[in-house]
Amino acid sequence: MTDFLQLFFSGLATGSIYAVAALGFTLLWQASGTINFAQGEFVMLPAFMMLGFMSLGAPLLVSFVCTLVLAVFVLGWLFKRGLVDPLFKYGMMPIVVATIGLSIALRNGVRAGYSAEAHPFPSLFADRIYNIAGVTVTLQDIGTFALAMVIVMATQAFLAKTVTGRAMQAVAQNTESASVLGINVPRMIFYTFAINAVLAVVAAMLVTPTYLAKFDMGEGLGMKAFFAAIIGGFSNSRGALLGGLIVGVAENLASAYISPAYKDAVALLIFMVVILFKPQGLLGKKEERKV
Amino acid sequence: MKKRFALKLIAACAIAASATLSFAQDVIKIADIVELSGAGATAGTNFKNGVELAVKEINATGGILGKKIQTITTDTQSNPGVAKGLTQKAIDNDVFAIFGPVFSGSIMVSMAESRRAEVPNFTGGEAASITEQGNPYVFRTSFTQATAMPKVARYISDEAKLKTIAIIYVNNDFGKGGLDMIKKALASSPTKVVAEISTESGQVDFSAAVLRAKQSNADGVFAYSNEEESARLLRELRKQGWTKPVIGETTLTGQKVIDLAGDAANGAIAHVGLTVDAPVPAIRAFRAKFEKEYKYVSDHNGMKGYSGIYVLKAAIEKVGKLDRKAVAAALHTLKVKAADQPGVLMDVAFDSKGDLDRESFMVEVKNGKQVVIATLPPLGAGAAAAPKK
Repeated sequence: MTDFLQLFFSGLATGSIYAVAALGFTLLWQASGTINFAQGEFVMLPAFMMLGFMSLGAPLLVSFVCTLVLAVFVLGWLFKRGLVDPLFKYGMMPIVVATIGLSIALRNGVRAGYSAEAHPFPSLFADRIYNIAGVTVTLQDIGTFALAMVIVMATQAFLAKTVTGRAMQAVAQNTESASVLGINVPRMIFYTFAINAVLAVVAAMLVTPTYLAKFDMGEGLGMKAFFAAIIGGFSNSRGALLGGLIVGVAENLASAYISPAYKDAVALLIFMVVILFKPQGLLGKKEERKV
Repeated sequence: MKKRFALKLIAACAIAASATLSFAQDVIKIADIVELSGAGATAGTNFKNGVELAVKEINATGGILGKKIQTITTDTQSNPGVAKGLTQKAIDNDVFAIFGPVFSGSIMVSMAESRRAEVPNFTGGEAASITEQGNPYVFRTSFTQATAMPKVARYISDEAKLKTIAIIYVNNDFGKGGLDMIKKALASSPTKVVAEISTESGQVDFSAAVLRAKQSNADGVFAYSNEEESARLLRELRKQGWTKPVIGETTLTGQKVIDLAGDAANGAIAHVGLTVDAPVPAIRAFRAKFEKEYKYVSDHNGMKGYSGIYVLKAAIEKVGKLDRKAVAAALHTLKVKAADQPGVLMDVAFDSKGDLDRESFMVEVKNGKQVVIATLPPLGAGAAAAPKK
């Protein structure tokens, strides 16, 4: 039983990392109907931005704030103006293909321009280990899990409770009516991209101490997050959290009780089962898009 | 007009002069084909710096058989295809010997060219298969898994006296090759392998792997994976309160792993073929010279390049003339003593396949630094020889 719990809690920590990345997927899908397959690279890039600021001597939190500003500009504004806006009128497929291209470009750009090696990354949380009834958890695990919960809940609350959030939902549901009601549509869409960029930076800060800053760290992460978003429900922020946790825990249990070779297949298996029997995802609703 | 003509004349003379110079056989041309960009940049740059340092020293003291060495350095971009092309180009350029590439994947491809042209080719690659193809022109500058694992096994059973061991390995060619070798080496020892735990390349969460190692109740764990995964594994071992020995081969105690794993790396033990921290006077001297020249501490690849050039020097001097075939033949039975040729750093012996054998070291990570805890005798010295502390 202790072993099971150990695996379960380790899985929760990994799962909450997937969840934060998955949240970006659902958000962009809900607000602009795009799927960003460069989501993993959107987490990788801020990690290197933070490393850059830190190498200039800034402490972790200062470089986090600087990176937030830079990421909102690069991953929010530049991404939207440079890639999504020009392709939007051609439908979803060109954007999907373009983001796949973008992910390759970002990955190799960092490899060629910075380094191909993995770099250590300081943790936000102190290096502390707790032993509860035979199960060891680190402060990093607990912190990541708690922060991921807070972020998901905060995003949900922002969308449901604030005027801006509701305006964003309105844009997502019916662009024309929204603009008739006097909502600044382009600005609301930009907000979505900006929030996505912020989420990416937060995810970067949480995952990089474990994943290590490396040009290809986003590859697996982006894929798992995508599966997690589908499993949980693409049209629901809480779905991203649930999907992430399911994938994280299932992976860990599978690698212990079945075989580590099948670890990566587990996420895919759950993904297929969900697609077959509940295509809208575990928490998704069948109706049209809704934030 | 006159000025331009004069310039042309000078240019023509310069070309003619350089042409005659390269035709003259008073230099020994060596091609240095290494990874200067891409994934192998660190390894390649160190290897190249080692080669250049050795060449500079040899040229300063009169060269080989009175002839100076000239190196031509090119970048493979860590790409086997490019390495093959560059090797072909070096052969067209009539070089006497080729150094590099360092990556096993690259030398596996490029050595076909040097073999056809019968040019001795020294590599930093460590994959066992390089010397298993009967290529009489390929020579190593370091151990293979096949030489290293029996040494590790001997340490595990004789020195650490572990009765049982769990092996955590990475499920790729490198990891599976290592697993087979260590199992074979341990088969004849009293140490029993009680668990073989496979992990994936790029794996992030090692809680399941460590848990299985704990369940196996082994006296220690042998960890064989790439750098990042090794670092994550060390962290997980510490997290789950693992206090038994963690033993590895080269990678486990590399500086990169120590940087990535932080405190969790402390206490890890590994076998290393070459280390600048070794308590050997020649290596100490090398380390100081290298640091003075390049302003940083060399890694094992710098030592490979440096000692490789001196091995070539010893072979040429043994033959007494610049004959590639004769030099390659001489290399196959070559034994060089560091006392006669300090540049080889340690006594070294080559076998008929081009593999080498020499002393090596067990290191332990203490306070984030590699510390040599034992010197292991060459494999050829026999099982009876006990490691000196």
